[in-house]
Amino acid sequence: MYEIIVVGGGHAGCEASLACARKGHKTLLVTGNIKNIADMPCNPSIGGSAKGIVVREIDALGGEMGRNADKSLLQIKMLNSAKGPAVRALRAQADKITYPKNMIETLNNTPNLEIKEAIVEDLIVEDNKIKGIRLEEGTEIYSDAVILTTGTYLKADILIGDTRTRQGPHGEKPSNHLSDKLKEYGFDIIRLKTGTPQRIEKSSIDYSKTKVEYGDDRYWTFSFDNEIYYDKDKQIPCHLIYTQPETHKIIKENLNKSSMYGGLSDIKGVGPRYCPSIEDKVVRFADKERHQLFLEPESIYYDDIYIQGFSTSMPKDVQDKMVHSLPGLDNAIINKYAYAIEYDAIDCKQLKQSLETKVIENLYTAGQINGTSGYEEAACQGLIAGINASLKLEGKEPLVLKRNEAYIGVLIDDLVTKGVIDPYRLLTSRAEYRLLLRHDNADIRLRDYGYQVGLVDEERYNKFLNKKKEIEELTESLKNIKLTPKKETNEYLESIGLPDLKDGSSLFNLVKRPEVKLEKLTKFFEKEYSNEIIEQVEINIKYEGYIKKALEEANKMVDLDNKKIPEDIDYDKIHNLASEAKQKLNQIRPTSIGQALRISGVNPADISLIMVYIKKEYFYEQR
Amino acid sequence: MNDTIAAISTTMGVGAISIIRVSGNEAINIVNKIFKGKDLTTVDSHTITYGHIVDNNSIIDEVLVSIMQSPRTFTREDVVEINTHGGIAITNKVLELLLLNGCRLAEPGEFTKRAFLNGRIDLIEAEGVMDLINSKTEKSRKLAINQVNGEVSKLIKDLRQKVIEILANIEVNIDYPEYEDIEEMTNSMILSNITDIENEIKNILKHSEDSKLIKDGIKTIIIGSPNVGKSSILNRLLNEEKAIVTDIAGTTRDIVEGNIVIDGIVLNMIDTAGIRQTDDIVESIGVKKSLDLINEADLILYVLNNNEELTNEEKEILNKIKDKNNIVIVNKIDLENKLNLSELSEYIKMSVKNDIGINELKNKIKEIFNLEQIEQNDYTYLSSARSISLLKKSLDSLDAVKIGIENNMPVDMVEIDLKQMWSTLGEIIGETYTDELIDQLFSQFCLGK
Repeated sequence: MYEIIVVGGGHAGCEASLACARKGHKTLLVTGNIKNIADMPCNPSIGGSAKGIVVREIDALGGEMGRNADKSLLQIKMLNSAKGPAVRALRAQADKITYPKNMIETLNNTPNLEIKEAIVEDLIVEDNKIKGIRLEEGTEIYSDAVILTTGTYLKADILIGDTRTRQGPHGEKPSNHLSDKLKEYGFDIIRLKTGTPQRIEKSSIDYSKTKVEYGDDRYWTFSFDNEIYYDKDKQIPCHLIYTQPETHKIIKENLNKSSMYGGLSDIKGVGPRYCPSIEDKVVRFADKERHQLFLEPESIYYDDIYIQGFSTSMPKDVQDKMVHSLPGLDNAIINKYAYAIEYDAIDCKQLKQSLETKVIENLYTAGQINGTSGYEEAACQGLIAGINASLKLEGKEPLVLKRNEAYIGVLIDDLVTKGVIDPYRLLTSRAEYRLLLRHDNADIRLRDYGYQVGLVDEERYNKFLNKKKEIEELTESLKNIKLTPKKETNEYLESIGLPDLKDGSSLFNLVKRPEVKLEKLTKFFEKEYSNEIIEQVEINIKYEGYIKKALEEANKMVDLDNKKIPEDIDYDKIHNLASEAKQKLNQIRPTSIGQALRISGVNPADISLIMVYIKKEYFYEQR
Repeated sequence: MNDTIAAISTTMGVGAISIIRVSGNEAINIVNKIFKGKDLTTVDSHTITYGHIVDNNSIIDEVLVSIMQSPRTFTREDVVEINTHGGIAITNKVLELLLLNGCRLAEPGEFTKRAFLNGRIDLIEAEGVMDLINSKTEKSRKLAINQVNGEVSKLIKDLRQKVIEILANIEVNIDYPEYEDIEEMTNSMILSNITDIENEIKNILKHSEDSKLIKDGIKTIIIGSPNVGKSSILNRLLNEEKAIVTDIAGTTRDIVEGNIVIDGIVLNMIDTAGIRQTDDIVESIGVKKSLDLINEADLILYVLNNNEELTNEEKEILNKIKDKNNIVIVNKIDLENKLNLSELSEYIKMSVKNDIGINELKNKIKEIFNLEQIEQNDYTYLSSARSISLLKKSLDSLDAVKIGIENNMPVDMVEIDLKQMWSTLGEIIGETYTDELIDQLFSQFCLGK
């Protein structure tokens, strides 16, 4: 008997089981193959636009991904560094051997957490409440809550050309019955598809025909622990190449052999719009002469090179031709062929904001089973599901992050409010208040929550409180430090590329100017501050006007989100509600006016009617 | 919202017939109760039935009843329209019967409100319908019809499309920074793109101001010292033109003396309480007060007496009105000239007594407001104050974009204002939802408590 069982050992499962166990709940992690825990079956990278910020958020809340990535870096860089602070994000190449190894070590060292190797084929459900799981061979294991993080393993099919094979990534055994059982319990099952490119033997690549892409020449960490585990001068580079006219010709000539374009007639899975296969790119963007491809190292312990941007479901012989048409890959040896994978997922509109399912009480789901794509998207859901399953058992309210608080909030709200058609990837453009959801302030936004739910320890929390104090202190002191147009001062300003002062100015006012970098003015400070503090203060001052605007907009949304819709509202009682709106509202059952408003197909007139009904009739009927 | 409403839809007392409109779930049942003829609950939708309205057994009127079943109706509810034989007494009696049988008297604009709430029309169209009801001249009727047709919506949609194209490009650059093949949307590119948009918005605004003139008319005041002949000029204008005698209800706190139509544009001759009695603005309420009046007017007719020398006060007023639309009228030219005309830059000589100068005055008004030009427009412009102020607000965001670019702000900061502009444009056509819109709806339509 366990308190919580987590089914699946991927990125969602790891975060979920760690969160539950760390919160003191007796937790069992069940996985099909212990060796594949925290596996990275696709690209060897963590982070990227928006995703990098999610990793920071996971860390701020007390999750593991950031720390684990920091221990496993091959290369790291800050994206969009030439743009503003709102859109900067870290992207790292992570070692595919080291990353899982470090994670497994952490899991093994966590009290309250047991790991079991087995395939789960059914749930134990009584009165719409979860009671445990049933394994393939019939064993029953009981628990108060279950978190499903099954990834792409539900009825997984690997597709290459005209072949379809019932197996998960790396030829692992899939779960063949669990999704049928879920359907019986009342879940709507959808079928999704994703894919992965070839792995090439490193020594067979002629790198002289490629462009080198280095990591940044400075240190970065995902985690707010700021511990450095790598040597910035020994980062492993990536390489950039482009597809050739010959590549496109081969693809066009063989298009009907691709699983997706006629090779298989029974494709039901919907592939991701944001990460299309190379044949999709060639067909949909026919006027584009070339597409970018990155050659990325997978590990320092073996020689596979991942061709980012070249995922395909062509038969192997066509893949040979395609790969050999690429510059520097004329004689490339393909260690693993590209494939597409089809799998079952649940309709995420059947979830609450807490990630508990509406269908079965105390059952939570996270990751690709919810229709998302990406390690970071999975991990953050796993963390939230773990936190909320624990909170539920503790009799506490769930942790629901708002859209103006975290990308995690944006992601989950999108899932449960809008549902998915194709695998969901986080993008910064999905966030309305991007300027508030920055890489640099993830701890300011979320550390308190992490501490409150008990995943951030005293030491880390005190460090954070101290950081906040120093930010205030430096901000205040900048108002008091005045520079006068002395010769000495102006000479210094000139030396850092700034115009002379004509009148006296406080450092505070000086730093408002876009060209002024606060880090260049530290010699005027009263004491020394870390770069982290200086950066926070500078962003707050420099972009104050924009931040204020974003806050105002966000507050409008928060007001609407605070207008609660009674849980037992009967939409059929609201006259004149458009039938499409009624159907969507009944399905999603939004908890607030704000959420209702974000449902597509529900228009402002419907919202007016709901508000009028709640105001005039609902409470009247209650009386 | 679930009750059935009724109201007299045509102007009371005028015209050969009157129409009473009923809308709501019970519309057909209620009318059927007071109708003698076919059973209205069984007739086809969108048909007209002949019969009588009866009170118990006595016939009130011979009528034609149009049955329109939900949802293909103006309000999307069941709608019945009763054509009666006009006459205040009969029409009122029919309405009274409807109310006795379960209808509620509709509030002003409530049919439109229902059409909006039921998703039949968007906000702009709703405003257009209200304008149509209130339109006074043929020109403003055309403007109202265009608004309903969604031509305005299309203009705004086109603008939004242009903005969102820029936004999309910026977003791609941010979310896919490694894609070097995609063109980078830089600040200077944004600047060149938004210049076109800015011009277009300004153009719409300019024409919208015109269309506001068409709809609201030109607020005109006549000022001048005592006994210069203001009243006689006013009366002359009112008598000559077909004055629309209405009590133009309280959109402004002004009292309208009368309306004059020149080339299809309404001139609202504004008087203010108290002023008429003394007929003496400058002396009775002083220069300061008359300046307030001047500031609020679209057009100032300033009347001087040919037979008197210019006073210092008059000179001061002349100076104050020179930046406003104004016409200086030198009246009483039939009398001896004592006024030093060389002190005036432009004026119209007038003698109301001898019928001199009235046409010149009208031509001058046409010239100032470009009335001939307005006539050629296609009227596809915004005419409600709400829409115009939102469009101006979007122009403010656009200015903020320009300031951001000037200050070398990174593109993702600049984009914040651009997004704001996009959502403000959306508000005009009701495509962005904000709390203010809800509040506006609640205050305008009197929902809840």
